[in-house]
Amino acid sequence: MQKVDVGRTILSANEQHALKNARMLAEKRKACLNMISSPGSGKTTLLCKTIKHLKGQLRVGVIEGDIQTEIDADRIRATQAPAIQINTEGACHLSAAQVSKALAQLPLDDLDLIVIENVGNLVCPGAFDLGENGKVVVLSVAEGDDKPIKYPAIFAKSIALVINKIDMLAMGVSDDFDLDKAMADAKRLNKDIKIFPLSAKTGEGMDAWCDWLKTNWRF
Amino acid sequence: MHETVVAQNMIDVVLEEAEKHQKKPVRIKVSCGQLNALNDEVFGFAFEAVGKGTLCEGVQVDIEHKPFQGKCKNCDQMFALDFEDPRCTACQSDSYELLPDAPLILEQIEFLEE
Repeated sequence: MQKVDVGRTILSANEQHALKNARMLAEKRKACLNMISSPGSGKTTLLCKTIKHLKGQLRVGVIEGDIQTEIDADRIRATQAPAIQINTEGACHLSAAQVSKALAQLPLDDLDLIVIENVGNLVCPGAFDLGENGKVVVLSVAEGDDKPIKYPAIFAKSIALVINKIDMLAMGVSDDFDLDKAMADAKRLNKDIKIFPLSAKTGEGMDAWCDWLKTNWRF
Repeated sequence: MHETVVAQNMIDVVLEEAEKHQKKPVRIKVSCGQLNALNDEVFGFAFEAVGKGTLCEGVQVDIEHKPFQGKCKNCDQMFALDFEDPRCTACQSDSYELLPDAPLILEQIEFLEE
């Protein structure tokens, strides 16, 4: 046998596209966040409420990633914000090339911040950079407080954690979600992570989240 | 499921190298970080399926998973981060910087000798 040391980075096709996206966004001075969570954590509701909350203060455009349907993009468009839907048709994550095409369809000149709502999945999307400035992980009370320790990678790599559906705690619907534990576990993995416990449904906690977006994600 | 995409990219590179060396690959060594989310079994299956009918058919794949690396803010030591107990292995400080995740690298190819 002949052993040859190669030392070549793979996924380079995705990384090249991600770099291209990042450069284009930086040139146009647009901020971009990659939002990642399990299915059903309430990402789309959070985005709809966030867009309404920030109306007149921060112009948000959305790229929606789902396996199928245009449902999420239609929900965003109902708030008057521009949205482009990507259907991955089976793939478990968005690729930078798909995002590149979607970015070309967004009216970037009229936007401050582009949020990419990734395919619902706490694992695979973390492996594919899209050219974003940072990842935001969303965890909802209904999923349980053990997610940071069960899926540490995405919590370690995100700049912010939104804990959604905290109204379920107050209602007593979910009395086994320990908010302090979830927050402490996330901080242990990532000291610098910003945490926003909120309910997109009732509006509780939305001010802090929206202030953070407004202050940090407009160039 | 993304393993198929990664396997396709990997096979493209292995075939390029095989072409360059004019030899049949029999085994590859791959290393990756934690965020590549590669499952050995799934990746092996995807590699086999995508490589069928190419020079990569029957190639054995070995994957080394590299842990997250931390750099201690207190003593500058670099250490493999243990998520169960994330602190510096030298001075025990829990103040550290998380270093970029190891990329996915095709480290080595073993070719069949002529």
